[in-house]
Amino acid sequence: MTTIKAQMPGVFYRRPAPEKPAYVDDGDKISEGQTIALIEVMKTFNEVKAGESGTVAEFLVEDGDEVDVGQDIVRLGEV
Amino acid sequence: MSELLVRAGGLYTTVQDTGRFGYYHMGMPPSGAMDVYSAVVANMLVGNPDGAGVLEGTYVGPTLEFTDDRVVAVTGADVPVTVNDEPVEPWTAIRVGSGDVLSFAMIRAGCRAYVAVSGGIDVPVYLGSRSTYTLTGIGGHQGRKLVDDETLPLGSGDGSARPGAVVPEELRPELAGPAELRTVIGLCSYRLTEDALASFLGTDWKVTKDADRVGYRLRGGKLDFTDREQPFGAGSDPANVVDLGYPVGSIQVPGGDEPIVLLNDAVTGGGYATIGTVISVDRDRIAQTKTGDAVRFTSVDLDTALAARRDRRERIERVRREITR
Repeated sequence: MTTIKAQMPGVFYRRPAPEKPAYVDDGDKISEGQTIALIEVMKTFNEVKAGESGTVAEFLVEDGDEVDVGQDIVRLGEV
Repeated sequence: MSELLVRAGGLYTTVQDTGRFGYYHMGMPPSGAMDVYSAVVANMLVGNPDGAGVLEGTYVGPTLEFTDDRVVAVTGADVPVTVNDEPVEPWTAIRVGSGDVLSFAMIRAGCRAYVAVSGGIDVPVYLGSRSTYTLTGIGGHQGRKLVDDETLPLGSGDGSARPGAVVPEELRPELAGPAELRTVIGLCSYRLTEDALASFLGTDWKVTKDADRVGYRLRGGKLDFTDREQPFGAGSDPANVVDLGYPVGSIQVPGGDEPIVLLNDAVTGGGYATIGTVISVDRDRIAQTKTGDAVRFTSVDLDTALAARRDRRERIERVRREITR
């Protein structure tokens, strides 16, 4: 299973601002380097970028959840 | 002039040394490495004076390229380190040359990694220290965290580095949790009820996302304050007292439910009751806890705190003997 992992602990957000749409949705194609979510820690919002291209099969954490380092955030499907 | 190329700054990497002392009374905190032991030992490994400038990386470490022959050492958090994509050992003096690139993978345990380079990170000394204090933008490298694609000045080493020197396992810090933080109770613990003080010491507190060089905000319990008549000069929150100086490592509990441990870059005084102070040695330990980790406080007296400080000093000297053997 290919996943995108959290590189830092913090609070996970799927959208750039509360009133904005999600960066990506299940089923969307993503490309390497694309921002797919935010993790808030140490009073900063840090972009989570895709390490490789693929399709978002499924988000494994909910908006607002706490995540730990190394936790799987997104399961990727075939391109 | 010799330089270190910062290919990627990482999440929050700053230049630090052992701290900027003597200005606390004017409202300036000491800054300096959060995990002093790891920073000093990193310097020792590369033959630097204990207080030379090092890099402190948080969660996501920097990517660094060397431009000349150096000795480098990484200590602190448990994180895989590579030179030119080949794994290298932490807590070890490693020889590198021009074009070599040091990078970090994802941390396994701990929070902060230290990188010492022979010759030291030679940013200008400001008020006696190379430490960065980002809140006011002073010291370190332009008073801020490192960004991608910039350069840092390196000093010239005195050639005393011993590539291959290793810190034995038993002299590396314990990173497994929960972190036990020895704490001297006071100055304002009288504001808590007896039950609240017992509950403070009996609770496993969780490190929240608001945990940085300024302080660590914790969650996991609720502490009640005793009833009192609001003294002149104190705020109306039960956690308020008449302003006092905050010791580094002191713990305040605004609102009663979120203790904050003040650390190296914290405000130096204010109007919250400080219910205890984490001893200096164990600030190294809290510095290696990350968001989501558990910490607990153990009450100790001042003699124990001073003995712990002596022990750490002896431990540092043991490391020095081991690596210069």
